[in-house]
Amino acid sequence: MKDFKYVITDPAGIQERLAGILVKQAAGYQSAVKITKEDRSVDAKSIFGVMGLGVKTGEEVAISAEGADEEKAIAELEAFFKENL
Amino acid sequence: MITIYGKSVCGGVAIGKLMFCKRNEKVIKRTQVEDADAQWQRFLTAKETALSRLKTLYEKALADVGRSNATIFEAYQMMLEDPDYLEYIKNIIRTQHVNAEFAVAAASDHFAQMFSAMDDAYIQGRAADVKDVSGRVLDVLCGGSEGMMEMDEPCIIAADDLAPSETVRLDKSKVLGFATMSGSSNSHTAILARTMNIPAIIGLGEALLEKYDGRAAAIDGFTGTMYIEPDEETVARMKEKQAGDLEQKALLEQLKGKENITKSGRKINVYANIGNVSDVGNVLKNDAGGIGLFRSEFLYLESSDFPTEEQQFSVYKQVAENMAGRKVIIRTLDIGADKQADYFGLDREENPALGYRAIRICLTRPDIFKTQLRALYRAAVFGNISIMFPMIISVDEIHKIKEIIREVKAELTEEGIPFREDVELGIMIETPASVMISRELAKEVDFFSVGTNDLTQYTLAIDRQNAKLDQFYDPHHPAILAMIRMAAENAHAEGAWIGICGELGADLELTEEFLKMGVDELSVSPSMVLPLRKRIRECG
Repeated sequence: MKDFKYVITDPAGIQERLAGILVKQAAGYQSAVKITKEDRSVDAKSIFGVMGLGVKTGEEVAISAEGADEEKAIAELEAFFKENL
Repeated sequence: MITIYGKSVCGGVAIGKLMFCKRNEKVIKRTQVEDADAQWQRFLTAKETALSRLKTLYEKALADVGRSNATIFEAYQMMLEDPDYLEYIKNIIRTQHVNAEFAVAAASDHFAQMFSAMDDAYIQGRAADVKDVSGRVLDVLCGGSEGMMEMDEPCIIAADDLAPSETVRLDKSKVLGFATMSGSSNSHTAILARTMNIPAIIGLGEALLEKYDGRAAAIDGFTGTMYIEPDEETVARMKEKQAGDLEQKALLEQLKGKENITKSGRKINVYANIGNVSDVGNVLKNDAGGIGLFRSEFLYLESSDFPTEEQQFSVYKQVAENMAGRKVIIRTLDIGADKQADYFGLDREENPALGYRAIRICLTRPDIFKTQLRALYRAAVFGNISIMFPMIISVDEIHKIKEIIREVKAELTEEGIPFREDVELGIMIETPASVMISRELAKEVDFFSVGTNDLTQYTLAIDRQNAKLDQFYDPHHPAILAMIRMAAENAHAEGAWIGICGELGADLELTEEFLKMGVDELSVSPSMVLPLRKRIRECG
């Protein structure tokens, strides 16, 4: 399993639009991708899960990937977070 | 004439016929079924149809309202493909042996509830989206139709609340404005109205009756007032307001990108005042040259505990980055008096305006002050940030501030955290004392910014909140103007620059006077930037 931590800087937090793009990005990997805030983990491929997490600006999340393409997934997702969130 | 009140989410005036968007309320019955699998298949087929309709809507929205607003329909498609959502529906059909319609309605309620229960206003608003998207599947299951809403003439659209998939079915060229019973400032009606830049009032509640359908109406998006069958006088008043608004919009077209320069060639900076990150869009839209006053209080007032360094840092950094090199003057915490946050644990005071507030809190509680300064110095790496201190009355206060800044810098250096060394520092001129010693103060700082609201209150000894005193109150009082002139002369004598960020800065009757005094910058609310530019360009 590969993972990284990230503090959200987008003032809106992970809102619907961003959640949408994130889910689309995560759905592109074979690996299971999870987002964890505090002690709650959700499937990053589920828009309800991601939005239900209610991540706000300044909060830290951990993103993990487990599967065949986990290295690629984590590298690309980290870049994705830095650029969009 | 009937007058009702709601909350404005987009300014402007619309006058026209009211058209009610009726939502066909579906009554979903729970039916026991033999073949649960057949119901699941029915659902899957309906889902596919709904998805393909959403794709069409996405294309249409893309053309109508642009990509950022159209992505909602992409998000909708994802909701329909969401593993949790599908699992929930499948479970209900399989375990309870019920019809697909009931399962979809149950899932809709479940996920809408989940969002409604979250403590974030934006996410709460998304409950409506879950219902909207589920409603689309129900439309297919129940054989509902889909098409453009017919409009013979331009109308004001009224509804309980408008779902994105409903607004996209409207012929935008015929929509004059929106009026809804419910809805939040984050609802799609609100977002759409702002994108289309048409007046919209939400939250009109039960007062907006369906029987008003087809009647003449007017909405005033500035005040949140709606008139049903407005009388002649109201129509005339609304028309006048509308003309004024259109003039302002025309001004924008005409003055955008132009310099703030007088006929004789004197230039002055026109910046904007903001109170939240979300105002930055308005600053850029109105073509302000920078931010002359960023009130950092909202970070404290909107929070239930002291905002952390990281929270502050990310906000300051974002504003600095969005302003792309243009000046952003951030005023440090100005809490106390009329602005209170419970967690500060401030005592009730006899005389709050003359009390424990602003820099006085910061200098007695350096822990709070240091957190903000650290965030500011770190964020300054990412743009053109200046720091401004409120309520200054003595040189000694500035020495104390500088001492704390030295400590902050030393700590950041020791921790190896990057920050900007040479951040421009300024003070608010808002007490008569600061004016009287402005020559000495100017030796210590890079700039002054005159807070005319407090300066007027303290100089004239008049409480602005007290309506009884209105007859004694003169915003153009010669004492105030003399004070600004004095501060300007002293600033320039010591090589500092001076701006005005209070209400007086936007007073077009005084613009010429301020130019004569040699004021270098005026900071006003975003909507006043262009009228002020116009005025400056008329000055000799």
